[in-house]
Amino acid sequence: MSATIFGLLGAALVGIGLFGLLVRRDALLRILAFNLLGGGVFLVFGAVARRGAGAGLPADPVPQAIILTGIVVAFAATTLAVALVLRLAAAKDRG
Amino acid sequence: MTLLVDVFTVLTVAAGIVFFVAGTAGLIRFPDTSSRLHALTKADHLGLGLVVLGLLPRAESLGGVLRLVAIWGLVLASSAAAGPMLARLARRGARGG
Amino acid sequence: MIADLLIVAAIVALALPVVLARSAFTAVALFVAYGLLLAFAWVRLDAVDVALTEAAIGAGLSGVLLLGAARRLAGGPPVEDAPPGKAQVALIGVGCAGLAVALGAVILALPDPAPSLAEPVMANIAAIEVGNPVTAVLMGFRGLDTLLEAAVLVLAVVALWALAPDAAWGAAPGWRQPPATDGPLALLARVLPPIGVVVAVHILWVGADAPGGKFQAAAILAAMWLLPWMAGIAAPPPISRAWLRIVIAAGPVAFILAGFAGSVLQGAFLAYPPGYAKAVIIAVEVVLTASIAVALALLVLGPPAEDRGA
Repeated sequence: MSATIFGLLGAALVGIGLFGLLVRRDALLRILAFNLLGGGVFLVFGAVARRGAGAGLPADPVPQAIILTGIVVAFAATTLAVALVLRLAAAKDRG
Repeated sequence: MTLLVDVFTVLTVAAGIVFFVAGTAGLIRFPDTSSRLHALTKADHLGLGLVVLGLLPRAESLGGVLRLVAIWGLVLASSAAAGPMLARLARRGARGG
Repeated sequence: MIADLLIVAAIVALALPVVLARSAFTAVALFVAYGLLLAFAWVRLDAVDVALTEAAIGAGLSGVLLLGAARRLAGGPPVEDAPPGKAQVALIGVGCAGLAVALGAVILALPDPAPSLAEPVMANIAAIEVGNPVTAVLMGFRGLDTLLEAAVLVLAVVALWALAPDAAWGAAPGWRQPPATDGPLALLARVLPPIGVVVAVHILWVGADAPGGKFQAAAILAAMWLLPWMAGIAAPPPISRAWLRIVIAAGPVAFILAGFAGSVLQGAFLAYPPGYAKAVIIAVEVVLTASIAVALALLVLGPPAEDRGA
């Protein structure tokens, strides 16, 4: 039951994140929206992991491990995006 | 004995939740940043302390007890640092317009 | 069930204002709260390892990074693109809602019983000699993914440094912080790091058999390094320092060496010798933790910036 509820939350977050990504113009807000989208994708994957419970485990550990690495890679991508935005703003400042 | 422990846990955790609710109500209802921070930090620290206290008899080992107390201490320390910073920031913002 | 629905309602209530917020500052504050609640969702999905990572990286380090960026960008030049028209926004809204509904329908139609790798993992976990199945997957069955991911972090740091202006190349990363005052943050930055390092080592060590591991430990270590910098009592080392570059690369290099040792001794890349699997895994994890911690901290700090007397 939890798996389905949070899977649906993931689907909703994908929609909310994509909406923000397309509608907002501020670069930092777009980065945030993209992270919401990513969080939704991870949650859907996490719901799939939870459904794969078995062999005495509460959830399938393989998707969980992949989500873990995914969060770290998503963070690295976010830092790079933020650095690009800051550099762009600095370049504009100088004219 | 277990019944006594259960009653103790239920009572202290429930009391902790009362303080959390009070802190949240203060955060929403109080008029300015300083009093909001006051409500948030004071009430939540007491609330978390009571929840931790209620869970202590359920810890499986001495290590578990120490970890629970350490969590409370770390939360106290971090919001004791964050609270004054936020207050100073808010005061500077109010002065700067 | 009720707890799940409450968490879901709270997460949606935070995610919607993130995309609708007027100021980037408000959006970031909401996003940090969203990250913390998402950690609860992971606990409810029985993914405690993921919950720890989400709280440490998704809410903690991301919060520092994004709040700093919001402050730097405040008062900057306004965005130049034309705002989307009402009809366009409505169309995008309908499209995104449609996508969410379609994805939801897919989730409701997932096959039952669900395909799962839990059984093969538990059948073979004895060969990896660790008790935490997620660690077994990360370091054993899908070790190659983790190796590539550690390499991605190194590449991310290189890409970030490449954004430094020519004049600042080789200087200390990040913006200069205002000098320390004797405020509570300075006190915290002096008192907390030793405790934080102990917590990080504990989380790394228990990660072999219980939730925890190198990513969570590295995130805490990175935070303990960033704290004195934020308080203004310590400056990060210049990026031209050789030891800094060696530490960043050491983790992936150690992992690759362990992999080739497997090729020679066991006949397969990343195969661990029986009886020594846990020892090799923990040795590689310790080096990886140091590398990931330094890489994460440098990613939050950003490239070296020209000092404009800020």
